Amino acid sequence: MPSKTKKAPIMGLQVLFFYLFAFIAVASAFMVIAAKNPVYSVLFLILTFFNAAGLFLLTGAEFLAMILLVVYVGAVAVLFLFVVMMLDIDFAELRAGVLEYAPIGALIGLILAAELIIVVGGSAFSPEIAKGIAMPIPPISERTNTAALGDVLYTHYIYFFQIAGLVLLVAMIGAIVLTLRHRQNIKRQDIPRQVARTPETAVEVVTVKPGQGI
Amino acid sequence: MDAFVSTYVWPTAIIIGQSLLLLVALLLFIAYFLLADRKIWAAVQLRRGPNVVGPWGLFQSFADLLKFVFKEPVIPAGANKTIFLLAPLVSVTLALTAWAVIPLNAGWVIANINVGILFVFAISSLEVYGIIMGGWASNSKYPFLGALRSAAQMVSYEVSIGFVIVTVLLCVGSLNLTDIVNAQVDGPGTMLGLPASFLDWHWLSLFPMFIIFFISALAETNRPPFDLPEAESELVAGYMVEYGSTPYMMLMLGEYAAICLMCALTTILFLGGWLPPVDIWLLNWVPGIIWFVLKASFVFFMFAMVKAFVPRYRYDQLMRLGWKVFLPLSLAMVVIVAFVLKLMGWA
Repeated sequence: MPSKTKKAPIMGLQVLFFYLFAFIAVASAFMVIAAKNPVYSVLFLILTFFNAAGLFLLTGAEFLAMILLVVYVGAVAVLFLFVVMMLDIDFAELRAGVLEYAPIGALIGLILAAELIIVVGGSAFSPEIAKGIAMPIPPISERTNTAALGDVLYTHYIYFFQIAGLVLLVAMIGAIVLTLRHRQNIKRQDIPRQVARTPETAVEVVTVKPGQGI
Repeated sequence: MDAFVSTYVWPTAIIIGQSLLLLVALLLFIAYFLLADRKIWAAVQLRRGPNVVGPWGLFQSFADLLKFVFKEPVIPAGANKTIFLLAPLVSVTLALTAWAVIPLNAGWVIANINVGILFVFAISSLEVYGIIMGGWASNSKYPFLGALRSAAQMVSYEVSIGFVIVTVLLCVGSLNLTDIVNAQVDGPGTMLGLPASFLDWHWLSLFPMFIIFFISALAETNRPPFDLPEAESELVAGYMVEYGSTPYMMLMLGEYAAICLMCALTTILFLGGWLPPVDIWLLNWVPGIIWFVLKASFVFFMFAMVKAFVPRYRYDQLMRLGWKVFLPLSLAMVVIVAFVLKLMGWA
């Protein structure tokens, strides 16, 4: 949010950028589901992330903006793109079921919209609701929001944070256990064994008598 | 009207002027880094390298530029035209964007933002898109294989780069690149009572991280020995096979801009940025920008030497190095550095 010290024209610029980012974000989010080619969908998704990062920047949440880029655009969307490019997708077949699933999609959309309205509307009607449950937000001029987020996550809620990390770790190990198969009868490279080899263990000198062979 | 000019037009003009200046300087440097790369490679192999255009071949890169620009661009019939042409643009734009936050001297930075290092990290993790889009849009086997390799490789090495950056941030306590350089004014050397010198920079206090960062930077920019995405002995030229003329030049430019960015980042994180190697009046008198360029050139020289004498990794060896060696090592180092800082009360 623009602080009180800022001049009015800068705020005008912020409004301009807000509408620019917001418009492109919504338009490209629409294109994600409207695009015929799934690769285009993922590329539009990336554009949406970018504009969401821009919106975060406008509210002064620079750390979140960068993390959004690093995590979602730099890693998650790359894997999406990776998978979508490797799949051999029949586009006509993909479009066939759209109307069939439309009611379910609409229902989920409605639920999400209702929840958003409750959250945003709640704090609009009585601003003190947010203060009761959240940590007090230090002003941007006093504390960078990276440090402020660190305070909340690593000082006040360290156990919850660690437990969340543990849950993710368990999920990761679970996925590995489910997919890991040790196949027999294939050649493997054993690096320590290769490194530990010496001429003594690897080479054997044999005296071969002429005309006899080994 | 006056207010309009002073709040919008003037600052915008200044920023555009600064950016253009940086861009021109950067492109000139890239032209000569490219030449240096070829010359060093040639010298190691006892060849002369490019030596025809201009004295000692100094204008070779500009001759190459003209050659690329005046060639006819060819777009393969089966290619996805939009994305095929978008890929080189994405590659160049991203690689040059990150330079906006790189401080070249005390106060010489276009955008001095709080989360500078995160910005560079984010942008360098996006550079994979130029490659993956180009490889897919070419609609051809070798480029596609190159793109897939590149995607897996860059995502893997970003993890260890991220942890290395975290160790530096723990020592500095700020994400601002200027703060990171300023934090290297004092360190192990000054603790022993020596004057401020190159012993204070992070390369010594975080030594193994310096090596890991350097090697990961090689992998992140697809430099040999990790140039699997464009391995000429197996994939011809990888994701660049179908490219020619200006689009090819832009892919190349993007690659070298990313390499220069990594050299600059190594300089800032580990080699003290614009700080002189020893704090005496003669070296202090040399402008900081000179030190910065010298250090970045030294890192680039290392990049070029590695290219000249290290054989290419096999793909599974590359993945093993990233996930089984660098990731545990850098993760352990994050924990160790945090413990030491807390125990000694330096944090």
